[in-house]
Amino acid sequence: MTPDPTAPLLSVDDLVVQYHRPGAPPTRAVAGVSLQVRAGEVVGLVGESGCGKSTLARAVCGLTALAEGRITYDGTPVRPLRVRRRELALTGIQMVFQDPYGSLNPRRRVGSQIADGIRTAAGRGESAAELTTPEDLLTRVGLPASAAERYPQEFSGGQRQRIAIARALGARPRLLVGDEPISALDASAQLQVATLMRSLAVESGAGLLFISHDLSVVRLIADRIAVMYLGRIVETGPTAEVWADPRHPYTRALLAAVPKPDGAGVLPAELPGDVPDPADPPSGCRFHPRCPQAFDGCDREEPQLIAGGVACRLYAA
Amino acid sequence: MTDGDTVDVLRISGLTLDLGGARILGGVDLALQPGRIHGLAGESGSGKTMTGLATLGLLPPGARTGGRIELEGTDLLTLTPRQLAVLRGRSVSMVFQDPSTSLHPMLSIGHQLTDHLRHHLKLNRKAAKERAVDLLTQVRIPNPREALGRYPHQFSGGMRQRIAIAIALACEPKVLIADEPTTALDVTVQAGVLRLLRGLCDDLGLAVLLVTHDLGVMSAIADEVSVMRHGLVVETGPRGRVLTEPQHEYTRQLLDALPGRSTV
Repeated sequence: MTPDPTAPLLSVDDLVVQYHRPGAPPTRAVAGVSLQVRAGEVVGLVGESGCGKSTLARAVCGLTALAEGRITYDGTPVRPLRVRRRELALTGIQMVFQDPYGSLNPRRRVGSQIADGIRTAAGRGESAAELTTPEDLLTRVGLPASAAERYPQEFSGGQRQRIAIARALGARPRLLVGDEPISALDASAQLQVATLMRSLAVESGAGLLFISHDLSVVRLIADRIAVMYLGRIVETGPTAEVWADPRHPYTRALLAAVPKPDGAGVLPAELPGDVPDPADPPSGCRFHPRCPQAFDGCDREEPQLIAGGVACRLYAA
Repeated sequence: MTDGDTVDVLRISGLTLDLGGARILGGVDLALQPGRIHGLAGESGSGKTMTGLATLGLLPPGARTGGRIELEGTDLLTLTPRQLAVLRGRSVSMVFQDPSTSLHPMLSIGHQLTDHLRHHLKLNRKAAKERAVDLLTQVRIPNPREALGRYPHQFSGGMRQRIAIAIALACEPKVLIADEPTTALDVTVQAGVLRLLRGLCDDLGLAVLLVTHDLGVMSAIADEVSVMRHGLVVETGPRGRVLTEPQHEYTRQLLDALPGRSTV
């Protein structure tokens, strides 16, 4: 158990996840994705709804079976969760779910639910001196320590998500996964919760995989960004670089659609067409039917993610 | 930006709201003109949503209001529930943040689009259906006639919000209150819905109150911008001026908090 310090904490290699429907060929929700998260790094995964980013998050946490590929966390392969509890080593991965109304038990006090997380860390053999109390965790997420005695329904959506974050942190995760953790929240609480997740993860030296469709939030909190379209990553790179110089036509279209607060009254650019059905993806490059720069051959040849971090034939050597 | 000759459709003056002993709104003044979008910005709890809800008489039980909300001269705050029900959905209507919860999951789109048409406008079944098809065409839903028989879960988020807008516009209201209408949508879809709102406002002469925390959205489609804080409007003015030369300290703080703003 002496992992190479430069090795990524989480490594996803050529992952394929399929969903089966009766009477139809399987839908490849994630169709060959490779992604790394290092300790202390915040990776933002963005894309339109239905692009497979939540499926990827669930696979990382062992909640969905893999069809092909491999997920390794700290040298341990992530195997899908069955009836038994997760392997102890894998409890270092903790997830914050989208809907804090569904992810907390309404019939148990907040403090005892956070204590579950702390017990998980203890079960992994973390020394007792390093363990915290629910009250301490609640203070760290910006809630009063007295909240431990109360029930989830006494809190607003933003506060509940803070409780869910406190529970995840109680397990002393080395990798925190947030699956759209802010999209169910009141618009003005979104940024607060997102920045809280970043600071808590970075503070404890954990990696954070933050999934969101909100580009403006991801831009603020992620060190590295990966853009997903229809089950594949089309571009990845340091957030500032991708923002300043997006290369994939899809990334460009996404960024052009973000309205700028310059007071000029310019309507953002619209990307024509809808996301195609993932059960029947277009041939060749999956983006070619909507791509303004598609040229001959884009409908036949599927581009791979090259070293520069973009999967587009415009940049092929 | 000359609006001296246009008439205010909706004028809110000195609106106060007390809820459970706490003062939520401390005297809000706003005016909406036809064909113009008035943006209302501010952080969580500043009272922007409550201002919108007060206009429709949708405040939580126990709310006590003061001041005036005049719709073409009629003070909405003095109306009886029955009188208000005649105006609600007819003269003033609303679009909410999350189209997956604002539409009824068990009723077909056609049902939800024609119910209030038949109630308010006394249209017969056939005429209401024709109007519904027109509305869906207007908000650019493909195959509108077929869409009437489908249910909300069969549409994408952007489509659902377009349908919610169609429902709000069905009775040709004079005022539309849109509370964070694009916050739940993907940016690419948001761009389409913003274009749609701007177009409808221009074509139908609709007065829109757009409640949003997103100053980018504000900048894209609002004509006037008001900034709220602690239940008060701290600044009102034309979009270009408020977003580039804010007069109030708080507006400046909001703008400075935006990513990349300080470096530009």
